[in-house]
Amino acid sequence: MSKKRIVLTFPGRLVDQPITYHLIKDHNLIVNILRANVTPKEEGRLVIELGGNKKDMESGMNYLNEIGVHVQPLTQEVVWHKDRCTQCTACVSICPSSAFVVNRNDMSVSFRKEKCIACELCIPICPYRAVEVHF
Amino acid sequence: MTRTIAEINEKIKKGKAVVVTAEEIIDIVKEKGTKKAVCEIDVVTTGTFGPMCSSGAYLNLGHSKPRVKIGGGKAYLNNVPVYTGIAAVDVYLGATAIPDDDPRNTVFPGEFRYGGGHVIEELAAGKDVKLTATAYGTDCYPRKSIETTINIKEINEAVLFNPRNSYQNYNVAVNLSDRVIYTYMGTLQPKLGNANYCSAGQLSPLLNDPYYKTIGIGTRIFMGGGIGYIVWNGTQHNPSVSRSENGVPRAPAGTIAVIGDLKQMSPNWLRGTTFTGYGVTLTVGIGIPIPILNEEILKYTTVRDKDIFTQIVDYSDAYPQRKPDTLGEVNYAELKSGKINVKGKEVKTAGLSSYAKAREIAETLKGLIKKGDFLLTEPVAALPSVESGITFKPMPSKPVKKK
Ligand code: SF4
Ligand code: SF4
Repeated sequence: MSKKRIVLTFPGRLVDQPITYHLIKDHNLIVNILRANVTPKEEGRLVIELGGNKKDMESGMNYLNEIGVHVQPLTQEVVWHKDRCTQCTACVSICPSSAFVVNRNDMSVSFRKEKCIACELCIPICPYRAVEVHF
Repeated sequence: MTRTIAEINEKIKKGKAVVVTAEEIIDIVKEKGTKKAVCEIDVVTTGTFGPMCSSGAYLNLGHSKPRVKIGGGKAYLNNVPVYTGIAAVDVYLGATAIPDDDPRNTVFPGEFRYGGGHVIEELAAGKDVKLTATAYGTDCYPRKSIETTINIKEINEAVLFNPRNSYQNYNVAVNLSDRVIYTYMGTLQPKLGNANYCSAGQLSPLLNDPYYKTIGIGTRIFMGGGIGYIVWNGTQHNPSVSRSENGVPRAPAGTIAVIGDLKQMSPNWLRGTTFTGYGVTLTVGIGIPIPILNEEILKYTTVRDKDIFTQIVDYSDAYPQRKPDTLGEVNYAELKSGKINVKGKEVKTAGLSSYAKAREIAETLKGLIKKGDFLLTEPVAALPSVESGITFKPMPSKPVKKK
């Protein structure tokens, strides 16, 4: 099974379409919604993780292109500057995907990049500016 | 069994002192009992590493040619304003100062990326800092402005002098309202979305000597990576709060004012700090040794996270409106587990004070004492304790009399 993280941008006319339903039902894909928001211009943005076999992934991507959804790979990357981090744990309670975790024995903090969904919630939370987004 | 500080220092000089951290002493006493442990242990080291807003450094910048009287004028270090109401080239750089052109909270929540705390960190790191100043000019100090680069290595004095550090216990902050709030206790999510605490608990200096029986004015401490001293009680020192049977305050209580040579300090233990929507500050690493003079002192140092209770306070209403209400009590073992229960709801917790760094400080101080590089001092005067009757006064609201 392959996996990929993508950013979908779709025009207002598609906002109320059950796009993820079709990806799951018709294309046999596993869809994990990482972030979703509809901008004031009524444009939708969805960050999802797609999982499935190669053929299904291809047909799913074709479907998205056909209906007019703009697909981009998720290139935002959250970088943890270990040397700036003071292990205060402030980011841990906000992180929705447990990318930041505390070892409760010694209260040390670590960052699991593969879990991060680049939601950026931790960035203004970190008092030491130890997390940054790279585009 | 009793011992004096002089006796402990003799052992330290010979490299024979037995030193353990406030974390290690817990198991040692559990295993051996106080009677045996008091005979063996000479010193217990504590540590804390948290944001401490009442911090700042005074600097003597040296005299330019021709001379400039910055005193009474205006001066900036890396665009952060410093206090100039003292002598010609002495300034005080406060941790919470921010550049005049910082947008602050006009675009809410403000970012507060840079301020006094960050300048202090950069000075300690040995980085060059821009000085700009304007003056009114006098016969003996003719110059009216200056712009130059300073470096901590080249200026006469750089002294970290913090009027209030090392709070003995602190509130747990939560938010009962239905909007996100931005506080000095961090960002608090609506409807009890999270709970932030700020104390090193069982490692915290004043929680290990709850009645200030060994920690006093004149006590030599580890401060920001260098050596410092306690010079007074800290501002808002409030020894009279309610205490548990073990003597430990159940709310924010004692504080200390500390001083130390910034030139010896390092950014590892001194960090510019940002609270979104609130401001900037300085995080300070402090470690205090506790001489084990007798069994009573030893017992205090065995305090555990689960024996230290504190109050849960709503920062959306009770705190800003100064209402005395609390939402209940929790102990630090619960806080450090990652979740607590508030009004029947499970709430995720996060610290602002780093326990991992506090432990590193206690270990570092232990190492210094063991090697004979850090001798203990006899306090020259005690900090006011419970019997002082000192309480925390609010600001009265009185009409201003017209003259
Ligand atoms: S951006 Fe930060 S808060 Fe969001 S998932 Fe990544 S680590 Fe967690
Ligand atoms: S909030 Fe910042 S400094 Fe604190 S643990 Fe997280 S990354 Fe580290």
